[in-house]
Parts: sequence; C-alpha cells; structure tokens
Amino acid sequence: MFDRILPYLLAGISVGGQYALISVGYTMVYGILRLINFAHGDIFTAAGFFMVYITASMPMTVSVPVVIALTVALGFLLERVAYKPLRSAPRMSVMISAIGASYLLQNLMWYVTGGLAKQYPVLPWLSDNVQVFTASTKVVTIVTPILTIGLVVALVMLIKHTKIGMAMRAVSHDFETSQLMGIRINSVISMTFVIGSGLAAVGSMLYFTNYSTVTPTVGAMPGLKAFVAAVFGGIGSIPGAVIGAAVIGICENLIKAAGYTAFSDAFTFALLIIVLLFRPTGLFGEKTAEKV
Amino acid sequence: MKKVLALILVLALMIPVLASAENIIKIGVFEPSSGDNGAGGKQEVLGVEYAHSLAPTITLNGVEYTIQLVNVDNQSDSSKAVTAAQELVSAGVSVVLGSYGSGASMAGGDVFASAEVPAIGLSCTNPSVTTLCDYYWRICFLDPFQGSVMANFANSLGCKKAYVLTMLGEDYGNGLGHYFSDAFKALGGEVVAETFPEGTSDFSAYINNAVNAGADCVFAPCATTYASLIIDQAAALNVSFPLLAGDTWESSVILEAAKGKNIDVYVSTFFDENDDGAAAAAFVSGFKAWLNANADKKTNNGGNDIVAAVSALGFDGYNVALAAIQAAGSADPAAIAAALPSLVYENAVTGAIAFDEIGDAVKDMAYVKKANTETGAFDFVKTQSVAGL
Amino acid sequence: MKKMSATRLIVSLAVVALLYAAAWWAETALGTNSMLITVLKKGAVYALIAVSMNLLNGFTGLFSLGQAGFMLVGAYVYAVFTIPLKRHAAVYQYYNGGIIQFELPLLVALILAGVVAALLAALVGLPVLRLKSDYLAIATLGFAEIIRAVVQWDSLGPITNGSNLLKTYPTFASTKILGTTVLFPMIVAGVCIGLILLIINSTYGRAFKAIRDDEVAAEAMGINLFKHKELAFVISCFFAGIGGALLAMFQGTVQANSFKSAMTYDILLMVVIGGMGSISGSVIASYLYIACSEWWLRFLDNEQFIGSFQVPLLRSGFRMVAFSAVIMVVVLFFRRGIMGDRELWNLRLPGRKKAGRAKQ
Repeated sequence: MFDRILPYLLAGISVGGQYALISVGYTMVYGILRLINFAHGDIFTAAGFFMVYITASMPMTVSVPVVIALTVALGFLLERVAYKPLRSAPRMSVMISAIGASYLLQNLMWYVTGGLAKQYPVLPWLSDNVQVFTASTKVVTIVTPILTIGLVVALVMLIKHTKIGMAMRAVSHDFETSQLMGIRINSVISMTFVIGSGLAAVGSMLYFTNYSTVTPTVGAMPGLKAFVAAVFGGIGSIPGAVIGAAVIGICENLIKAAGYTAFSDAFTFALLIIVLLFRPTGLFGEKTAEKV
Repeated sequence: MKKVLALILVLALMIPVLASAENIIKIGVFEPSSGDNGAGGKQEVLGVEYAHSLAPTITLNGVEYTIQLVNVDNQSDSSKAVTAAQELVSAGVSVVLGSYGSGASMAGGDVFASAEVPAIGLSCTNPSVTTLCDYYWRICFLDPFQGSVMANFANSLGCKKAYVLTMLGEDYGNGLGHYFSDAFKALGGEVVAETFPEGTSDFSAYINNAVNAGADCVFAPCATTYASLIIDQAAALNVSFPLLAGDTWESSVILEAAKGKNIDVYVSTFFDENDDGAAAAAFVSGFKAWLNANADKKTNNGGNDIVAAVSALGFDGYNVALAAIQAAGSADPAAIAAALPSLVYENAVTGAIAFDEIGDAVKDMAYVKKANTETGAFDFVKTQSVAGL
Repeated sequence: MKKMSATRLIVSLAVVALLYAAAWWAETALGTNSMLITVLKKGAVYALIAVSMNLLNGFTGLFSLGQAGFMLVGAYVYAVFTIPLKRHAAVYQYYNGGIIQFELPLLVALILAGVVAALLAALVGLPVLRLKSDYLAIATLGFAEIIRAVVQWDSLGPITNGSNLLKTYPTFASTKILGTTVLFPMIVAGVCIGLILLIINSTYGRAFKAIRDDEVAAEAMGINLFKHKELAFVISCFFAGIGGALLAMFQGTVQANSFKSAMTYDILLMVVIGGMGSISGSVIASYLYIACSEWWLRFLDNEQFIGSFQVPLLRSGFRMVAFSAVIMVVVLFFRRGIMGDRELWNLRLPGRKKAGRAKQ
C-alpha cells in the first residue's frame, strides 16, 4: 500500500512546495494592498522564459542569479506601472488593472516566443534521477520541500526581526495609520513585490525542472492554485500559505490517484469555496472587523 | 469620434474592392503556428510552401494565374479557429488546406461549409471532420484505422493491458484513444482510460496510475507540448513499459525529449522518409535541399532536415488542390467543390489519392516508427496495411 | 438617471432602427462573408454578454467573474437541444448517439438556455453572494471552472458529448431575416438589452444601484440585500446564458474547453472600457473590442512594408500586445471608460443631433 501511495505523496509534496513559493507572493501582497495580484502567475512564467533565453548565452552559475534579478525587476516594475497609479482608486479598479497586466504579460510572452512551447534547460544535479525507498524521482522533488521551508523560515525571521519587516507588519495591520507614523509606504510595498517575485523565480526553477515545458499560459493554473492555497491558509499568513499549498499539492495528487483525474483542478476551486463559506479567514487568518 | 468612425467604415467598405486583383488564385492555409500544435502546424505549412515554390502558377483555359497562399494562424484552438476560418473566407480564397489538429478543422468546417468553400484536410484524422461537414475532403488515413494499427502493434509487443491517456476537450486525442481502446479490447486486451485537463504540467500522477494499474503500455495521443512532459516524467519515474502514440508524436519535439533517456516511444504515421517510390524519393531530396537553403524554414522544421510526414501531406495537399482547380477549370469555389469528388491524383508522395463518398482519401497504409534515444531520429519499425489487420 | 423624454425615446428608437437597416443593407451589398458582417454579428453577441455583466458589476456592484461558466451552460443547453436527430449518431460518435432523442425549436432552446443558466445561478448564488468584493470574484471564478470540469466529465457524455465538440445545430445561417444573417443576433441582443434597460429603470434597478453605492445605507433603507443581489445575479446569468447560446450559434461549434476564465476577462475589459454603469458604453465597447481584435488590428500580425521599408516588430502576436497595452492605458488613465456612467441618449445634445453607434 505504502509503495503505491509513495510516488503520489512525493509528487504532491514537491508540487506543494512549489505552490508555496508562489503563494507567499500572493499572501504578502494581499496582506498589504488587499489586492489579488492576478499577474503573479505570469511573473512566475516570465521567470521560466528568462531562464530559457538566458541559459542560451550564459553559463548556469551566472544564469540563476540573473534570472532571479530580472524576475525581481519585473515584479517591481509591475507594481510601479500597474498598481501604484491606482493607490487611491477603488479596489475593483486595481483588480481590473491586475487582470489587464496579466493579459499584457501573457500576450508579450506569446509574441516573444511565437506562441510555441519552450523546453526548459536541464539544471545539473536537480534533474538527476534518485531512488526514494521504492519510488524513482528527480532530485528536485526532495530538494523542493527543504528549500521551501528554509526560505520561508528566513522570510518569517526577516519580517519578525528587521526594521523593514516591522514596517510590513505595521502596513498590513493598518495602512493609513502606518503612513501617518512616517513609514514610507511605497518602499514597503515595493519590498513585498520584490520578495514575492524573488520567491516566484526560485519556485519557477524548481517547478520547471520537474515539468520542463514553458508556455505563455503555463503559470495561470499554478498561480490560481497558489492563490487558493493562500486563502486556505488564511490570507496574510505566511506559514498558512505554506501549509495550504502543501495540502493542495498532496490532495491534488491523491485525487488523481483515486481516478478522478478530470476533477483535479475543480477540486481546488471547490476547496476554495468551502473554505470561504465556512471559515472565510482561512486556517490561520486573523479575524478582521468590517469597517463601514 | 464620429468622423473617425465614419472614415474607418469607409475604409472597411473599400477593403473587399482592393482585394480583387487580376489573375490571382488564392489558396487558404489554415494551420496553427502557435499553441499546443504550433510545431506540427509549421511543419505542415512547410510542405505546402515547398509545393508552392515548385508550382507557383497554374494555366486555366490558356490564361496563367499566380497562386497566392493566404496563411492564417488558428492557434490550435477551436474557438480561435472559427475567426481564422472567417478571415480566410473573407479574403476570398478558392480552396483551403489544413488544419493540423482535428478540433480546429471541425470548428472551421462549419464556416467553410456556410461559405461553400471547399477545404482539404491534410493530417486531421478524426472521422467527424468529413462526416459532419459536406465541404471537407481529406487526404490522410482516419483514426479508426490508426487506432487499430496501434492496438495491433501493442498486441504484437505482448501487451495485455493498455493505459490510454488523452486531453479533455481535444477531439483528435479523444477520438484516437477511443478507437484504439475499441480495437485493443477486440484483441482481448484490457484498457484503463484517463484524461487530463488542458494546461496540465504534472503528469507523474498519471504515470503512477498506469504503473499501479499494471499497464504494459501507455497510449497517449496528444499534442507535442504535453508529449514531451509525459516522456520526461515517465523517464524520471523509471517506467518499464513503452509509450505509444499516433501521428502527432512524429515530431522533433519528441525526439528531443526522448534523447538520452531510458524510454521506448513508438508512433504511427503517414509517411516514411525512406519510402522507395519515385515521387517520394524526389520529394524527400528536394525538400531537404530546400530546407537547408532557407535558415528560417529549417528553424520552423525544428532545426533539422528530418522530413515529417505532415510536410509530405502538406506537399500532396497543395498539389491535390491544384489538380482540383485544373479539373474545375476555374477558381470558383463551387466548381472546385464539384470537381473534388471525382478527382484522382496518382503522383502523391504519400500514396495515390482518390476520395470516397464521404470525402476521405482511400489510404490503407500506416508506418510504425520508434524514437531512437541515441541518434535522435525515428527508426522505421514496420508498415501496417488495412488488409493486414 | 433622468427620466427619458418622449422625443429622446423616439429619436433613440429611430436611430436604432436606422442602424438595423444599415446592417441589413451592408450584408446585401457586401455579402455574408465580409468581415464587417462577421464583426456586426459577433459584436452583437458580445454586447449582450457585456451588458449582462455590467448589470452585475457596474449597476449592482457585485464583482463576479463567473460569466464564462454561465455562457457555457447557455451554449450547451442550446446546442444539445437543437442538434438535428439525424445527426446525433455522428455528433455523439463515442456515446451511441447520446440519450437526448428529441430536438426543440430554435427559439424555445434559446430561451431554455437562459432559463437553465438562471436556475444554476440561483443555486450558485445562495452560497457565494454572501461573500464580498474580491472573495466573491474568486469564488465565482472558481464556480465557472467547476462548471467547465463537470460539463467535460465523461459520465455526462451521453448528454454533453463529454469534452468533445458539439456541432451541426442551427446557426445564424439558418435564421435568415429578410434574406440576411446579421439581423437575428442584432434583434435578439437588442431585445434583451432593452429588457435589461427596463429592469435598470425599474424599482429593482434603483435598489441595485443603492446596493452598489452603499450596502449599509441600502439595508438601512429597507432593501433586502440578499434578495436583490440574488435577483441581479439570476437576471445577469439569464442573459449570459442567452448570450452563450448566441455565441454557440455564431461559432457553429461549441466546446467547453473554450469557455475559460480568459473569456470572462475579455468581457470584463469590454465593460471597463465602455464604462462601468453605462449600457450604451458596454455596447460601443463590445463593438470596438471585437472590431479591433478581429479586424482592424489584424495587419499588425503580418509583416508590412512602407515602400521597401519593413516596419519593425510586426509579426504574429503583435496585435494582441498592442491591444493589451491599449487596454492597460484605458484601465490606468481613463478609468471611467468611454461613457463613464452616462448613457448616449442622455448626453446633452450640442447643437445638432448626435447619432453614434449605440443600439437602443
């Protein structure tokens, strides 16, 4: 029995770890701006394409930091261009802007690649096969959860113990008051996008090493699932996002194992709706009073 | 605002007037150059373009006409295919070639039928392309045949249980998977069928399902985008069974994905480069030379000069269209549609073409090939004819 | 909104009648296959869908992203019940001809499409309408995806043909009015949009707008929030269902796979470009959107030469980049869209009469 379930669990934990890295970006942005950053999935895809194009001309050791830097720059740019001008606009307008930005990024990637799938470069070592008990898999499957937990712990430390972290907590707690207290809102917001995009870049390297085809729309589904994970864990909560992602990754694989393959995506959304109805603040979310 | 709109309307009304030039016959090329089937669609277009480069004009009743190819990209998507088809029709094409991918052909078929423009399917193998559309003809074999070819082949490999994996909403894969299952069950085999949603990246669960079901082979007719993921992840899971698929997998994308990995991949297809017929040999050498002379074309072919079967069908399709225009004696779509049913084209590189009453070419030969994971090419395995089934 | 004066009403109706006559004339003169006629038909379909979405997002303030799911339901209901019996064996080729062994008249199926979508909306609305703003958006988006997965489910194959195409049902080619195909979609869309206008100008419509402007105040005024939200949702989905059926007629084939969330985003962008809370804005924006994406900007996808100079950047895909960049500009800098929340027929007339391209 264990032999049969093991490969699914491995795949589930691995994909869950990758969702978690995307999910942190959603949850941080939502925590501060109350915005579902629909373009976050496209940032993740863009990181994949950066890797494809950059490894063509640079050695791997250079490519990895360059890709992360480019993705971070893209996330920063996205916030400055698409969200900053709408700071005082109604939330619906910002969300529409997010949808528009996602549309633009997808079309840009479609244009650059000619709409064809690109093969992700093989990252040495991570792509090698390894035997875990009775199951064979890639090294990246083992590395993902470890790396994810490491990065998230580092992030939580950063938020708890540094000045910028404290500013982030203050802004997410009360946007206007923290502004009055002299916190530079814009740099805090930029910082959340920088962190979120950086983690998405790492997530994309792990994800595409496992699933090596990059297309312009490849990030849409993982993006939505990572968002669901963030809601499930309690939006704004980083550990919540990680646990939510792990649950979704594992459940998705177990559902496929049970033979309901056509419903694996639908399940994620059903879970979302159930969570929203019965526990709108998610597993670890704080209760917030509604302001009139 | 009003003036701008008025100006645009006037311009729009002029477009059809500008388009009608003298002595040009337009042939629509209705193929995907982006999306899941983009790679294959491009190879099919190459065959058409090569044929066009050899025969760019046609003489009807003593007047020489230049043939103009009108390319549209249907983006491998059945809803985009409708507007792409409308674009061709409004451009005034006499006949349409394509599409790679049965779904796009079925979606476009309705537009061609209501505009009464004949279309010639090149590599779309789903029966519904022609049965549900009176203006579609086709020059390749059909999925019931292809499905039973692969079922018989799986049987000859000693497989007792097959795992069939297709994409939700892809007419080509669903059809071929269905006919494979029917044939395989008729041979006494067992079938486990599953589907994956569009945009899936994670196939490990499906491959694990195949392992746990005790399958001896996986039959996965799907677009090459997914195929390379399936091959990659099957190799990572170290599976012992072979992967089987239909004509879409005969692509350099597959060869790249399988290269250097420990995996067996078998495909069935329409044509083999080493065919010994005179027409085929001339086509293969000419096409290779043409590819090697054009860097762009070679890139579209996947960066090498391996002749894909769909390119051969593209070549044949253009020539059949030309023969139909010749037989009709005019560029009038209705006349071409009337000429097609009785048309016989002997010189085809993929075997002589004549249509039955549904509009399908009577083709009875399929080639089974295996991806060579060392050389990165397809090795010929066997031919299979209808009579041999 | 101001009450419309009788003269304005008559002028507006006359303008609409003229536009229909112009469309009829265009098809007789240019032929059914011209791109203008295609755009007029598709634009009419999308105008109806955009207006139905505007009713929710613009007039009631409910940010729903489930439109594609309800269009899917409408499209399928229409297609399933109108496929000619003799074609069943070929369409349902893997399901032994399917289990629905009758066909309905076209108009009955069209209305049924709306009714089924509305019933489903009533069910979906019960839980999701308790959610607020972006949670509502993401929940409706989720429902649309679930609907898509269920329709594609193999076990429903005898009804829905699984995930495979449905085709051979009657299309606009079989609904000729005065010998043209363009009038049927324009008339159906026009009637439906007219009905939506009547609803918006009724007491219900005023309640919707009150909810949009301030939920708490509306509730304090004695408006039953849930009842009115549910009502707006059901009405919107009814028309989205009819719009879906019209889209199925336009395309000639229908497949669950094409009703993705991207379709909802397209419609949302039309609503935004036209102006949230403006019916005529939505109609104008739909036509502009369809005309640009299908027709006027097509040249951006091909290499163009001015003399011997090749215009750089132009190749397949550039059209959509340019198009989405324009949309971003509208979203960022012209947030009120073309019409804001005004209506074409309420604009102050400067000197002479302004015709414009609005229906209704």
